[in-house]
Amino acid sequence: MTAAQELPNPAFSPRRVGSMALRYLYLLRGSWPRILELAYWPTVQMVLWGFITQFLAANSSYIAQAFGILLSGVLLWDVLFRGQLGVTISFLEELWSRNLGHLFVSPLRPLEMVCAMLFMSLVRTLIGFVPASLLAIMFFDYSMYGMGLPLVGFFFTVIITGWAVGLAIAGILLRQGLGAESLAWLVVFAIAPISGIYYPISVLPDALQVLAWCLPSAYAFEGMRAVLVDGVFRADLMWLGLGLNLIYLAAGTAVFMICFRLARQRGQLLQMGE
Amino acid sequence: MPENAIEVEGLRKQFDQVVAVDDVGFTVPAGGFVALLGGNGAGKTTTIGMLLGLILPTSGRITVLGADMLRQRYRVLPRMNFSSPYVDLPHRLTVAENLGVYAHLYGVRDVRARIAALARDLDLESFVKRPTGSLSAGQRTRVALAKAMVNEPDLLLLDEPTASLDPDTADWVRGYLRDYRARTGASVLLASHNMSEVERLCDDVLMLRRGRIVDQGAPADLIARYGRDNLEQVFLDIARGQGRAAREAAAE
Repeated sequence: MTAAQELPNPAFSPRRVGSMALRYLYLLRGSWPRILELAYWPTVQMVLWGFITQFLAANSSYIAQAFGILLSGVLLWDVLFRGQLGVTISFLEELWSRNLGHLFVSPLRPLEMVCAMLFMSLVRTLIGFVPASLLAIMFFDYSMYGMGLPLVGFFFTVIITGWAVGLAIAGILLRQGLGAESLAWLVVFAIAPISGIYYPISVLPDALQVLAWCLPSAYAFEGMRAVLVDGVFRADLMWLGLGLNLIYLAAGTAVFMICFRLARQRGQLLQMGE
Repeated sequence: MPENAIEVEGLRKQFDQVVAVDDVGFTVPAGGFVALLGGNGAGKTTTIGMLLGLILPTSGRITVLGADMLRQRYRVLPRMNFSSPYVDLPHRLTVAENLGVYAHLYGVRDVRARIAALARDLDLESFVKRPTGSLSAGQRTRVALAKAMVNEPDLLLLDEPTASLDPDTADWVRGYLRDYRARTGASVLLASHNMSEVERLCDDVLMLRRGRIVDQGAPADLIARYGRDNLEQVFLDIARGQGRAAREAAAE
Protein backbone atom coordinates (compact mmCIF):
# COMPACT_ATOMS: atom_id res chain seq x y z
CA MET A 1 0.00 0.00 0.00
CA THR A 2 1.50 3.34 -0.99
CA ALA A 3 1.34 6.52 1.09
CA ALA A 4 -1.01 8.09 -1.45
CA GLN A 5 -3.40 5.37 -2.50
CA GLU A 6 -5.25 5.33 0.81
CA LEU A 7 -6.94 8.54 -0.29
CA PRO A 8 -9.66 8.69 -2.97
CA ASN A 9 -8.64 10.14 -6.31
CA PRO A 10 -11.61 12.23 -7.49
CA ALA A 11 -11.95 13.61 -11.02
CA PHE A 12 -11.52 17.15 -9.68
CA SER A 13 -9.67 17.76 -6.46
CA PRO A 14 -9.53 21.14 -4.69
CA ARG A 15 -6.56 19.68 -2.76
CA ARG A 16 -4.55 19.34 -5.98
CA VAL A 17 -5.58 22.84 -7.07
CA GLY A 18 -4.39 24.05 -3.67
CA SER A 19 -1.09 22.17 -4.13
CA MET A 20 -0.40 24.03 -7.34
CA ALA A 21 -1.45 27.36 -5.83
CA LEU A 22 0.96 26.62 -2.99
CA ARG A 23 3.73 26.04 -5.53
CA TYR A 24 3.15 29.49 -7.07
CA LEU A 25 2.76 31.17 -3.68
CA TYR A 26 6.10 29.71 -2.56
CA LEU A 27 7.64 31.24 -5.65
CA LEU A 28 6.03 34.61 -5.05
CA ARG A 29 6.90 34.60 -1.35
CA GLY A 30 10.49 33.73 -2.07
CA SER A 31 11.17 36.88 -4.08
CA TRP A 32 10.23 40.34 -2.75
CA PRO A 33 11.24 42.04 -6.04
CA ARG A 34 8.49 40.04 -7.72
CA ILE A 35 5.88 41.24 -5.25
CA LEU A 36 7.17 44.79 -5.62
CA GLU A 37 7.00 44.52 -9.40
CA LEU A 38 3.36 43.42 -9.23
CA ALA A 39 2.46 46.64 -7.43
CA TYR A 40 4.96 48.83 -9.27
CA TRP A 41 3.48 49.09 -12.77
CA PRO A 42 -0.16 49.72 -11.80
CA THR A 43 1.03 52.41 -9.37
CA VAL A 44 3.27 54.10 -11.96
CA GLN A 45 0.42 54.03 -14.49
CA MET A 46 -2.00 55.42 -11.95
CA VAL A 47 0.33 58.30 -10.99
CA LEU A 48 1.14 59.14 -14.62
CA TRP A 49 -2.47 59.11 -15.76
CA GLY A 50 -3.59 60.83 -12.62
CA PHE A 51 -1.51 63.90 -13.43
CA ILE A 52 -2.56 63.83 -17.09
CA THR A 53 -6.17 63.66 -15.99
CA GLN A 54 -5.70 66.51 -13.54
CA PHE A 55 -4.34 68.65 -16.35
CA LEU A 56 -7.13 67.68 -18.75
CA ALA A 57 -9.80 68.24 -16.13
CA ALA A 58 -8.95 71.90 -16.15
CA ASN A 59 -9.26 72.07 -19.92
CA SER A 60 -12.01 69.64 -20.85
CA SER A 61 -15.62 69.71 -19.75
CA TYR A 62 -15.97 65.97 -20.47
CA ILE A 63 -13.12 65.05 -18.16
CA ALA A 64 -14.21 67.65 -15.67
CA GLN A 65 -17.56 65.82 -15.49
CA ALA A 66 -15.92 62.70 -14.23
CA PHE A 67 -12.34 63.04 -13.12
CA GLY A 68 -12.05 59.31 -12.58
CA ILE A 69 -12.79 58.13 -16.14
CA LEU A 70 -9.20 57.97 -17.31
CA LEU A 71 -7.87 56.85 -13.96
CA SER A 72 -10.43 54.08 -13.59
CA GLY A 73 -9.91 53.09 -17.23
CA VAL A 74 -6.17 52.79 -16.66
CA LEU A 75 -6.57 50.66 -13.55
CA LEU A 76 -9.26 48.40 -15.01
CA TRP A 77 -7.20 47.89 -18.14
CA ASP A 78 -4.31 46.95 -15.90
CA VAL A 79 -6.55 44.37 -14.21
CA LEU A 80 -7.22 42.81 -17.62
CA PHE A 81 -3.53 42.83 -18.56
CA ARG A 82 -2.36 41.53 -15.16
CA GLY A 83 -5.12 38.92 -15.21
CA GLN A 84 -3.81 37.58 -18.51
CA LEU A 85 -0.20 37.86 -17.42
CA GLY A 86 -0.97 36.12 -14.12
CA VAL A 87 -2.16 33.02 -15.99
CA THR A 88 0.60 33.06 -18.57
CA ILE A 89 3.44 33.70 -16.11
CA SER A 90 2.34 30.80 -13.92
CA PHE A 91 2.46 28.55 -16.96
CA LEU A 92 5.77 29.99 -18.15
CA GLU A 93 7.22 29.18 -14.70
CA GLU A 94 6.61 25.50 -15.46
CA LEU A 95 8.26 25.79 -18.88
CA TRP A 96 11.24 27.71 -17.53
CA SER A 97 11.79 25.12 -14.81
CA ARG A 98 11.20 22.13 -17.16
CA ASN A 99 8.68 20.84 -14.64
CA LEU A 100 5.72 19.89 -16.87
CA GLY A 101 6.79 16.26 -17.14
CA HIS A 102 6.76 15.84 -13.36
CA LEU A 103 3.44 17.64 -12.96
CA PHE A 104 1.57 15.59 -15.52
CA VAL A 105 2.77 12.21 -14.34
CA SER A 106 1.29 13.15 -10.97
CA PRO A 107 -2.49 12.84 -10.48
CA LEU A 108 -2.83 16.54 -11.38
CA ARG A 109 -5.39 17.05 -14.16
CA PRO A 110 -5.09 19.84 -16.72
CA LEU A 111 -8.32 21.45 -15.53
CA GLU A 112 -6.99 21.56 -11.96
CA MET A 113 -3.88 23.28 -13.22
CA VAL A 114 -6.09 25.80 -15.05
CA CYS A 115 -7.95 26.55 -11.80
CA ALA A 116 -4.67 27.01 -9.90
CA MET A 117 -3.40 29.42 -12.57
CA LEU A 118 -6.64 31.44 -12.39
CA PHE A 119 -6.42 31.62 -8.61
CA MET A 120 -2.83 32.85 -8.78
CA SER A 121 -3.77 35.38 -11.43
CA LEU A 122 -6.39 36.78 -9.04
CA VAL A 123 -3.81 36.98 -6.22
CA ARG A 124 -1.21 38.67 -8.41
CA THR A 125 -3.74 41.12 -9.84
CA LEU A 126 -5.01 42.12 -6.41
CA ILE A 127 -1.43 42.71 -5.24
CA GLY A 128 -1.16 45.25 -8.06
CA PHE A 129 -4.65 46.72 -8.03
CA VAL A 130 -5.30 47.32 -4.34
CA PRO A 131 -2.21 49.46 -3.54
CA ALA A 132 -2.59 51.48 -6.75
CA SER A 133 -6.27 52.19 -6.09
CA LEU A 134 -5.50 53.18 -2.48
CA LEU A 135 -2.68 55.48 -3.59
CA ALA A 136 -5.11 57.14 -6.00
CA ILE A 137 -7.13 58.19 -2.96
CA MET A 138 -3.99 59.60 -1.32
CA PHE A 139 -2.58 61.38 -4.36
CA PHE A 140 -5.69 62.57 -6.20
CA ASP A 141 -8.44 62.27 -3.66
CA TYR A 142 -10.17 59.90 -6.06
CA SER A 143 -11.61 56.56 -4.95
CA MET A 144 -12.58 53.92 -7.47
CA TYR A 145 -14.46 52.28 -4.63
CA GLY A 146 -16.95 55.14 -4.92
CA MET A 147 -18.44 53.17 -7.83
CA GLY A 148 -19.72 50.72 -5.25
CA LEU A 149 -20.71 47.16 -6.11
CA PRO A 150 -20.58 47.70 -9.89
CA LEU A 151 -16.79 47.96 -9.50
CA VAL A 152 -16.74 44.30 -8.45
CA GLY A 153 -18.65 43.43 -11.63
CA PHE A 154 -16.30 45.50 -13.82
CA PHE A 155 -13.27 43.98 -12.09
CA PHE A 156 -14.42 40.42 -12.75
CA THR A 157 -15.54 41.19 -16.29
CA VAL A 158 -12.10 42.42 -17.30
CA ILE A 159 -10.09 39.87 -15.32
CA ILE A 160 -12.07 36.97 -16.82
CA THR A 161 -11.34 38.35 -20.29
CA GLY A 162 -7.67 38.41 -19.28
CA TRP A 163 -7.91 34.81 -18.06
CA ALA A 164 -9.43 33.67 -21.35
CA VAL A 165 -6.64 35.32 -23.35
CA GLY A 166 -4.04 33.98 -20.90
CA LEU A 167 -5.26 30.40 -21.22
CA ALA A 168 -5.22 30.61 -25.01
CA ILE A 169 -1.63 31.94 -24.87
CA ALA A 170 -0.66 29.12 -22.47
CA GLY A 171 -2.06 26.68 -25.04
CA ILE A 172 -0.01 28.30 -27.79
CA LEU A 173 3.08 28.09 -25.56
CA LEU A 174 2.44 24.37 -25.14
CA ARG A 175 2.25 24.03 -28.90
CA GLN A 176 5.10 26.35 -29.90
CA GLY A 177 7.36 26.26 -26.84
CA LEU A 178 9.30 29.17 -25.39
CA GLY A 179 9.82 30.63 -28.86
CA ALA A 180 6.32 32.06 -28.46
CA GLU A 181 7.09 33.59 -25.04
CA SER A 182 6.79 37.17 -26.27
CA LEU A 183 3.09 36.58 -26.98
CA ALA A 184 2.56 36.73 -23.23
CA TRP A 185 3.45 40.43 -23.24
CA LEU A 186 1.99 41.42 -26.61
CA VAL A 187 -1.24 39.71 -27.56
CA VAL A 188 -3.60 41.40 -25.14
CA PHE A 189 -2.69 44.88 -26.44
CA ALA A 190 -4.38 44.01 -29.73
CA ILE A 191 -7.76 44.41 -28.06
CA ALA A 192 -6.89 47.64 -26.22
CA PRO A 193 -7.85 50.08 -29.03
CA ILE A 194 -11.30 48.51 -29.44
CA SER A 195 -12.10 47.93 -25.77
CA GLY A 196 -13.08 51.58 -25.25
CA ILE A 197 -10.75 52.03 -22.29
CA TYR A 198 -10.33 55.81 -22.59
CA TYR A 199 -13.10 56.74 -25.04
CA PRO A 200 -16.63 55.54 -25.83
CA ILE A 201 -17.08 52.72 -28.38
CA SER A 202 -19.17 55.17 -30.44
CA VAL A 203 -16.04 57.08 -31.52
CA LEU A 204 -14.76 53.98 -33.38
CA PRO A 205 -15.51 53.43 -37.09
CA ASP A 206 -18.65 51.33 -37.65
CA ALA A 207 -16.79 48.13 -38.54
CA LEU A 208 -14.63 48.37 -35.44
CA GLN A 209 -17.69 49.04 -33.29
CA VAL A 210 -19.08 45.67 -34.37
CA LEU A 211 -15.79 44.06 -33.36
CA ALA A 212 -15.69 46.00 -30.10
CA TRP A 213 -19.12 44.77 -29.03
CA CYS A 214 -17.83 41.22 -29.44
CA LEU A 215 -15.36 41.88 -26.59
CA PRO A 216 -16.52 41.51 -22.97
CA SER A 217 -14.06 44.24 -21.97
CA ALA A 218 -15.97 46.81 -24.07
CA TYR A 219 -19.07 46.22 -21.92
CA ALA A 220 -17.06 46.74 -18.73
CA PHE A 221 -15.55 50.06 -19.84
CA GLU A 222 -18.86 51.33 -21.27
CA GLY A 223 -20.57 50.33 -18.03
CA MET A 224 -17.88 52.09 -16.02
CA ARG A 225 -18.42 55.32 -18.01
CA ALA A 226 -22.18 55.04 -17.50
CA VAL A 227 -21.63 54.96 -13.74
CA LEU A 228 -19.01 57.74 -13.67
CA VAL A 229 -20.53 60.13 -16.23
CA ASP A 230 -24.26 59.51 -16.02
CA GLY A 231 -24.42 58.03 -12.54
CA VAL A 232 -26.33 55.06 -13.97
CA PHE A 233 -25.58 51.38 -13.48
CA ARG A 234 -26.26 49.60 -16.78
CA ALA A 235 -27.15 46.03 -15.73
CA ASP A 236 -27.67 45.10 -19.40
CA LEU A 237 -24.01 45.89 -20.18
CA MET A 238 -22.85 43.96 -17.13
CA TRP A 239 -24.80 40.81 -17.99
CA LEU A 240 -23.81 40.94 -21.66
CA GLY A 241 -20.16 41.30 -20.66
CA LEU A 242 -20.30 38.46 -18.17
CA GLY A 243 -22.24 36.27 -20.62
CA LEU A 244 -19.70 36.87 -23.36
CA ASN A 245 -16.98 36.11 -20.84
CA LEU A 246 -18.42 32.65 -20.24
CA ILE A 247 -17.96 31.96 -23.95
CA TYR A 248 -14.46 33.45 -23.94
CA LEU A 249 -13.38 31.51 -20.86
CA ALA A 250 -14.77 28.27 -22.29
CA ALA A 251 -12.94 28.97 -25.55
CA GLY A 252 -9.66 29.80 -23.76
CA THR A 253 -9.92 26.62 -21.68
CA ALA A 254 -10.75 24.59 -24.79
CA VAL A 255 -7.67 25.96 -26.59
CA PHE A 256 -5.51 25.00 -23.61
CA MET A 257 -7.00 21.49 -23.37
CA ILE A 258 -6.70 20.87 -27.12
CA CYS A 259 -3.08 22.05 -27.11
CA PHE A 260 -2.42 19.83 -24.07
CA ARG A 261 -3.69 16.81 -26.00
CA LEU A 262 -1.63 17.79 -29.05
CA ALA A 263 1.44 18.13 -26.80
CA ARG A 264 0.85 14.57 -25.58
CA GLN A 265 0.56 13.38 -29.16
CA ARG A 266 3.81 15.10 -30.11
CA GLY A 267 5.70 14.12 -26.96
CA GLN A 268 6.28 17.77 -26.05
CA LEU A 269 5.53 17.46 -22.33
CA LEU A 270 8.86 15.69 -21.84
CA GLN A 271 10.81 18.15 -23.95
CA MET A 272 9.43 21.53 -22.97
CA GLY A 273 11.83 23.98 -21.36
CA GLU A 274 14.81 26.17 -21.93
CA MET B 1 -2.12 -6.46 -7.10
CA PRO B 2 -2.16 -7.81 -10.69
CA GLU B 3 0.40 -10.41 -11.76
CA ASN B 4 2.17 -7.92 -14.01
CA ALA B 5 2.88 -4.32 -13.11
CA ILE B 6 3.17 -3.40 -16.81
CA GLU B 7 1.77 -5.12 -19.89
CA VAL B 8 2.52 -3.65 -23.30
CA GLU B 9 1.21 -4.99 -26.59
CA GLY B 10 1.85 -3.82 -30.15
CA LEU B 11 3.02 -0.39 -29.01
CA ARG B 12 3.88 2.03 -31.78
CA LYS B 13 4.68 5.72 -31.86
CA GLN B 14 5.20 7.68 -35.03
CA PHE B 15 6.22 11.36 -35.05
CA ASP B 16 5.44 12.59 -38.57
CA GLN B 17 7.65 10.36 -40.74
CA VAL B 18 9.79 9.04 -37.88
CA VAL B 19 8.82 5.77 -36.22
CA ALA B 20 10.22 6.10 -32.68
CA VAL B 21 8.71 2.91 -31.26
CA ASP B 22 7.60 0.05 -33.48
CA ASP B 23 5.44 -2.89 -32.40
CA VAL B 24 6.92 -3.16 -28.93
CA GLY B 25 5.51 -5.70 -26.48
CA PHE B 26 6.75 -6.73 -23.05
CA THR B 27 5.71 -7.28 -19.47
CA VAL B 28 7.20 -6.19 -16.17
CA PRO B 29 6.15 -8.64 -13.45
CA ALA B 30 4.92 -7.28 -10.13
CA GLY B 31 8.01 -6.76 -8.01
CA GLY B 32 10.29 -7.03 -11.05
CA PHE B 33 13.30 -4.85 -11.81
CA VAL B 34 13.54 -4.54 -15.59
CA ALA B 35 15.88 -2.47 -17.76
CA LEU B 36 15.26 -0.86 -21.11
CA LEU B 37 18.60 -0.74 -22.90
CA GLY B 38 19.39 0.91 -26.18
CA GLY B 39 21.52 3.57 -27.80
CA ASN B 40 20.49 7.19 -28.23
CA GLY B 41 17.27 7.37 -30.23
CA ALA B 42 16.45 3.70 -29.66
CA GLY B 43 13.04 4.64 -28.22
CA LYS B 44 13.61 4.25 -24.47
CA THR B 45 12.41 7.69 -23.38
CA THR B 46 9.45 7.57 -25.79
CA THR B 47 8.44 4.19 -24.38
CA ILE B 48 8.66 5.46 -20.80
CA GLY B 49 6.74 8.60 -21.81
CA MET B 50 3.93 6.43 -23.20
CA LEU B 51 3.88 4.24 -20.07
CA LEU B 52 3.42 7.39 -17.99
CA GLY B 53 0.72 8.80 -20.26
CA LEU B 54 2.85 11.83 -21.18
CA ILE B 55 2.97 10.68 -24.80
CA LEU B 56 -0.03 9.25 -26.64
CA PRO B 57 0.79 6.11 -28.62
CA THR B 58 -0.08 5.90 -32.30
CA SER B 59 -1.37 2.38 -31.62
CA GLY B 60 -1.05 -0.44 -29.14
CA ARG B 61 -2.14 -1.25 -25.62
CA ILE B 62 -0.59 -0.35 -22.27
CA THR B 63 -1.87 -1.77 -19.00
CA VAL B 64 -0.26 -0.46 -15.82
CA LEU B 65 -1.14 -1.91 -12.39
CA GLY B 66 -4.25 -3.38 -14.00
CA ALA B 67 -5.48 -0.11 -15.57
CA ASP B 68 -5.66 0.76 -19.26
CA MET B 69 -3.32 3.77 -19.49
CA LEU B 70 -5.22 5.30 -22.40
CA ARG B 71 -8.53 5.37 -20.56
CA GLN B 72 -7.85 5.02 -16.85
CA ARG B 73 -4.48 6.65 -16.22
CA TYR B 74 -5.73 8.81 -13.36
CA ARG B 75 -6.68 5.64 -11.47
CA VAL B 76 -3.08 4.51 -11.24
CA LEU B 77 -1.01 7.72 -11.42
CA PRO B 78 -1.16 8.10 -7.61
CA ARG B 79 0.61 4.72 -7.35
CA MET B 80 3.35 5.45 -9.87
CA ASN B 81 6.22 7.89 -10.03
CA PHE B 82 9.04 8.89 -12.29
CA SER B 83 12.46 10.47 -12.38
CA SER B 84 14.51 11.71 -15.29
CA PRO B 85 17.50 14.02 -15.70
CA TYR B 86 15.62 15.65 -18.59
CA VAL B 87 12.76 16.84 -16.38
CA ASP B 88 13.59 19.25 -13.60
CA LEU B 89 12.10 20.62 -10.41
CA PRO B 90 11.52 24.37 -9.94
CA HIS B 91 14.90 25.88 -9.07
CA ARG B 92 13.71 28.74 -6.89
CA LEU B 93 11.69 26.56 -4.56
CA THR B 94 13.54 24.96 -1.67
CA VAL B 95 13.89 21.19 -1.54
CA ALA B 96 11.26 20.99 1.22
CA GLU B 97 8.84 23.20 -0.74
CA ASN B 98 9.24 21.11 -3.89
CA LEU B 99 8.72 17.86 -2.01
CA GLY B 100 5.78 19.40 -0.14
CA VAL B 101 4.02 20.43 -3.36
CA TYR B 102 4.41 16.95 -4.84
CA ALA B 103 3.40 15.26 -1.59
CA HIS B 104 0.16 17.29 -1.68
CA LEU B 105 -0.37 16.50 -5.36
CA TYR B 106 0.00 12.78 -4.68
CA GLY B 107 -2.34 12.97 -1.71
CA VAL B 108 0.21 11.99 0.92
CA ARG B 109 -1.49 12.15 4.30
CA ASP B 110 1.22 13.37 6.64
CA VAL B 111 3.30 15.60 4.40
CA ARG B 112 5.76 16.84 7.05
CA ALA B 113 6.51 13.36 8.31
CA ARG B 114 6.99 12.10 4.77
CA ILE B 115 9.43 14.91 3.88
CA ALA B 116 11.34 14.28 7.12
CA ALA B 117 11.55 10.55 6.33
CA LEU B 118 12.73 11.21 2.77
CA ALA B 119 15.28 13.75 3.97
CA ARG B 120 16.63 11.19 6.43
CA ASP B 121 16.61 8.22 4.02
CA LEU B 122 18.11 10.10 1.09
CA ASP B 123 20.51 12.19 3.15
CA LEU B 124 18.93 15.53 2.21
CA GLU B 125 18.78 16.97 5.71
CA SER B 126 21.71 19.36 5.31
CA PHE B 127 20.19 21.14 2.30
CA VAL B 128 16.43 20.58 2.61
CA LYS B 129 15.87 24.33 3.18
CA ARG B 130 18.06 25.43 0.28
CA PRO B 131 16.74 26.40 -3.17
CA THR B 132 16.85 23.37 -5.47
CA GLY B 133 18.69 25.38 -8.12
CA SER B 134 21.65 25.98 -5.79
CA LEU B 135 22.42 22.27 -5.34
CA SER B 136 25.16 20.19 -6.96
CA ALA B 137 24.26 17.62 -9.64
CA GLY B 138 24.52 14.79 -7.13
CA GLN B 139 22.31 16.56 -4.59
CA ARG B 140 19.75 17.37 -7.27
CA THR B 141 19.64 13.74 -8.34
CA ARG B 142 18.92 12.71 -4.77
CA VAL B 143 16.16 15.33 -4.58
CA ALA B 144 14.68 14.05 -7.86
CA LEU B 145 14.76 10.55 -6.41
CA ALA B 146 13.05 11.83 -3.25
CA LYS B 147 10.33 13.37 -5.41
CA ALA B 148 9.95 10.01 -7.18
CA MET B 149 9.58 8.31 -3.79
CA VAL B 150 7.27 10.88 -2.23
CA ASN B 151 4.17 8.68 -2.67
CA GLU B 152 5.99 5.38 -2.01
CA PRO B 153 5.09 4.19 -5.50
CA ASP B 154 4.18 0.63 -6.42
CA LEU B 155 5.72 1.27 -9.82
CA LEU B 156 8.78 3.39 -10.42
CA LEU B 157 9.92 4.47 -13.88
CA LEU B 158 13.44 5.79 -13.99
CA ASP B 159 15.14 7.35 -16.98
CA GLU B 160 18.92 7.25 -16.51
CA PRO B 161 18.77 7.71 -12.71
CA THR B 162 22.55 7.87 -12.30
CA ALA B 163 23.42 10.00 -15.33
CA SER B 164 26.07 12.65 -14.53
CA LEU B 165 26.71 11.28 -11.05
CA ASP B 166 30.12 10.46 -9.62
CA PRO B 167 30.69 6.72 -9.00
CA ASP B 168 30.18 7.03 -5.25
CA THR B 169 26.83 8.82 -5.51
CA ALA B 170 25.72 6.53 -8.35
CA ASP B 171 26.52 3.49 -6.23
CA TRP B 172 24.60 4.98 -3.31
CA VAL B 173 21.54 5.56 -5.55
CA ARG B 174 21.68 1.99 -6.82
CA GLY B 175 21.83 0.70 -3.27
CA TYR B 176 18.84 2.81 -2.30
CA LEU B 177 16.79 1.53 -5.23
CA ARG B 178 17.66 -2.08 -4.46
CA ASP B 179 16.68 -1.62 -0.81
CA TYR B 180 13.45 0.14 -1.72
CA ARG B 181 12.39 -2.67 -3.99
CA ALA B 182 13.29 -5.30 -1.37
CA ARG B 183 11.41 -3.42 1.34
CA THR B 184 8.23 -2.55 -0.56
CA GLY B 185 7.99 -5.12 -3.35
CA ALA B 186 7.65 -2.27 -5.83
CA SER B 187 8.25 -2.83 -9.54
CA VAL B 188 10.90 -0.79 -11.34
CA LEU B 189 11.47 -0.09 -15.02
CA LEU B 190 14.80 1.53 -15.67
CA ALA B 191 16.22 3.08 -18.82
CA SER B 192 19.97 3.34 -18.61
CA HIS B 193 23.20 3.51 -20.52
CA ASN B 194 25.13 2.16 -17.58
CA MET B 195 25.62 -1.55 -18.24
CA SER B 196 27.21 -2.47 -14.92
CA GLU B 197 24.27 -0.78 -13.19
CA VAL B 198 21.84 -2.90 -15.16
CA GLU B 199 23.81 -6.07 -14.47
CA ARG B 200 23.76 -5.36 -10.75
CA LEU B 201 20.15 -4.30 -10.40
CA CYS B 202 17.95 -5.91 -13.01
CA ASP B 203 16.28 -9.30 -13.31
CA ASP B 204 15.43 -8.80 -16.93
CA VAL B 205 16.69 -6.64 -19.80
CA LEU B 206 14.84 -5.44 -22.89
CA MET B 207 17.24 -4.55 -25.69
CA LEU B 208 15.88 -1.81 -27.95
CA ARG B 209 17.24 -0.85 -31.33
CA ARG B 210 15.59 1.59 -33.72
CA GLY B 211 12.35 1.45 -31.79
CA ARG B 212 12.05 -2.34 -31.68
CA ILE B 213 12.84 -4.91 -29.01
CA VAL B 214 15.57 -7.01 -30.57
CA ASP B 215 16.32 -9.24 -27.60
CA GLN B 216 15.29 -9.86 -24.03
CA GLY B 217 16.47 -11.87 -21.06
CA ALA B 218 18.26 -11.92 -17.73
CA PRO B 219 21.65 -10.15 -17.87
CA ALA B 220 23.57 -13.42 -17.36
CA ASP B 221 21.51 -15.19 -20.06
CA LEU B 222 22.12 -12.38 -22.56
CA ILE B 223 25.84 -12.39 -21.87
CA ALA B 224 25.95 -16.17 -22.42
CA ARG B 225 23.74 -15.98 -25.52
CA TYR B 226 26.08 -13.52 -27.21
CA GLY B 227 29.21 -15.25 -25.98
CA ARG B 228 30.46 -12.10 -24.27
CA ASP B 229 32.05 -11.25 -20.94
CA ASN B 230 29.69 -8.51 -19.90
CA LEU B 231 26.52 -6.66 -20.85
CA GLU B 232 28.39 -3.74 -22.36
CA GLN B 233 29.78 -6.01 -25.08
CA VAL B 234 26.28 -7.36 -25.74
CA PHE B 235 24.99 -3.78 -25.94
CA LEU B 236 27.70 -2.87 -28.47
CA ASP B 237 26.90 -5.93 -30.61
CA ILE B 238 23.26 -4.94 -30.74
CA ALA B 239 23.77 -1.18 -31.11
CA ARG B 240 26.14 -1.77 -34.05
CA GLY B 241 23.75 -4.20 -35.72
CA GLN B 242 26.03 -7.18 -35.11
CA GLY B 243 23.76 -8.94 -32.64
CA ARG B 244 22.68 -11.82 -34.85
CA ALA B 245 26.26 -12.61 -35.91
CA ALA B 246 27.41 -12.58 -32.30
CA ARG B 247 24.56 -14.88 -31.26
CA GLU B 248 25.27 -17.31 -34.08
CA ALA B 249 28.97 -17.30 -33.30
CA ALA B 250 28.20 -17.99 -29.64
CA ALA B 251 25.81 -20.82 -30.59
CA GLU B 252 28.53 -22.53 -32.63
